[in-house]
Amino acid sequence: MIAAAVIAQSGGFVRNRGGDASCVANDGFCPSWIADNLDRYWAPLLEHLYLVVVSVGIGFAIALSLGLLAHRQRWLIAPLTGVTSALYTIPSIAMFFLLQPLLGRGNTPAIVGLAIYTQVIIFRNVINGLANVPEEMVDAAAGMGMTANQRLFRIEVPLAVPEILAGLRIATATTVGLAAFAAFAGAGGLGQKLIVASLITFKSNVVIAGGMVTLLAAALDLLVLGAQRLLTPWRRAVAA
Amino acid sequence: MIVASALSDFGDGLSFIFQARESSAGTVQVGGLGEVGHLAGNHLLVSLLAVAIAIAVALPIALVLGHKGRGEFVAVSTSNVGRAVPSLAIIAFFVAFLGTGFTNLCFALILLAIPPILTNTYVAVRQVDRDLVDAARGQGLSEGQIIRSIELPLALPTIFGGIRLSSVNVLATAIIGPLAGYETLGTPILSLNVYGFSGAIGAAIVVALMTLTADAGFAGVQRLSTPKGLKVVKGGRRRMRFRPTSPRSVQTP
Repeated sequence: MIAAAVIAQSGGFVRNRGGDASCVANDGFCPSWIADNLDRYWAPLLEHLYLVVVSVGIGFAIALSLGLLAHRQRWLIAPLTGVTSALYTIPSIAMFFLLQPLLGRGNTPAIVGLAIYTQVIIFRNVINGLANVPEEMVDAAAGMGMTANQRLFRIEVPLAVPEILAGLRIATATTVGLAAFAAFAGAGGLGQKLIVASLITFKSNVVIAGGMVTLLAAALDLLVLGAQRLLTPWRRAVAA
Repeated sequence: MIVASALSDFGDGLSFIFQARESSAGTVQVGGLGEVGHLAGNHLLVSLLAVAIAIAVALPIALVLGHKGRGEFVAVSTSNVGRAVPSLAIIAFFVAFLGTGFTNLCFALILLAIPPILTNTYVAVRQVDRDLVDAARGQGLSEGQIIRSIELPLALPTIFGGIRLSSVNVLATAIIGPLAGYETLGTPILSLNVYGFSGAIGAAIVVALMTLTADAGFAGVQRLSTPKGLKVVKGGRRRMRFRPTSPRSVQTP
C-alpha cells in the first residue's frame, strides 16, 4: 500500500492493475483498464485545477492592478507590454526550469511561471477595455462632479468588464494547457501522466489524461463565459 | 545565499552549453558545443519544416476564403479549437495513436502551427478596405491578381503576426520531441538523470534564446512588411498630408 502510494506520487505507474493484460501490454486503448484505474487520475486533475485557479487568480490581481496603473500613467504601457510579451515568448518548460534555481522545485515555480504567462493577455485586455470606453461617458461623469477615482471605478472599469473578462477567459484556457508542463517544475498535475516516455505511448492513459486536460480547459472556459454573462446583463439586452 | 546558489546554477547551465562533461552516471561525455549544437540543429530543423508546411497549407486556403468572404466559421472555430486543445494533449494523442518518429512529431507540430496562421490571414484579408478591392476590380484586375497584389500586401503584417505566434509555439513545443522519439533540445531536459540539472538549465537557456530571437525577428519582418501608407496612419504622430478615406484607419489615437 505504502509502496504503491510512493510510486504514484513519484509519477511512476503500475500497469498491471486490472484491465485486459494483453491490451495493456500492447499500449492499447483498453476500456476495462480505464474503468479500473480512473481513480488514479482524480488527484492529478485536482492538482491541475489548483495550479490553474491559484496562478490565474494571482496573475489576474497583478495584471489588473498593472493595467489600472498604466491606464493612469500612460508611459508605462509600452514598457509593460514589452516585458510581459517577452516573458510570454519564453517556452513554459524552459521557464519552469529557469525558475528553479531561485524558487526550488514544486508548486512555487509552477504557480509563479503560470502567473507570469497570464500577464500579457490580461494586461492587454484591461488596457484595451479601458481605452474603448466612450470618451463622452467619462466626460459626462466628470461634468457630474465625479473625481478621477470615482470615474475609474464607477464608469470606466464596469464598462470595460466584458473585455477584461474576455482576457481572463483566454488566460484561463491557456493556463490549463501550460499547466500540463508544470510537472517539469515538480508540481504534478495531469501533465505528470503525459511527459513520461513509457506513458505517452499508452493509449488508454493518453485518452484519460489528455482528455481531462482538454475538458478542463473547455469547462473553465464556459465557467468564465457564464460569469461574463452574469456580470454584464446590459450586453444580453442589446443582443436580444 | 539563495541568489549566489542560483547564480552558480545558471553558471553551470551555461558551462554545459560550451563544455562537455561527464554524465551523471559518469559513463559518457555530455554537453558541450558539439552536442548542444547538434540538438539545436535538430530542434530548428523540425520546427522550421513544421512552420513552412503549415504556411504552405494554411496561407492559400485562408487567402481564398478571406477573399470570397466565406468560411468564417471554419477560420474562427479553427483558432478556438487550436487555443482550447492543450499542445501537450495534441502531441500525446499523436504519439499514442500514430506512433513516434520525426514524421509524426512534425505532423503534430504542423497541426499546432496552422490555427494562428489561418485565422490571422483570414482576418487580415477580411479587413482590407472593400473600396480598394472594388477599385481594383473596376480597373480590370482578375480575382487572382486582386488577392496577389492588393489583399496579400495589405494583409502581410498581420499574416507575419500569425507566423510569429506559430513559430514561437512550435519551437516551444518541440522541446517534448524526445517523447516522440526525436532528439531535440528537450533531450537534456527530459533525460535529467543523464544530463543533470545543469544540462536542463543549459538547454532551457538555449531554447529561450531561440524563441526570443524568432519573436524579435518576426516582429522586425512584421514592421518591414507594413506598407508605407499604413505606417503613417498607425504612427499617428506625424502630420498627415491627406486624410485616409478608410473608415477603419480614420480612428487615429
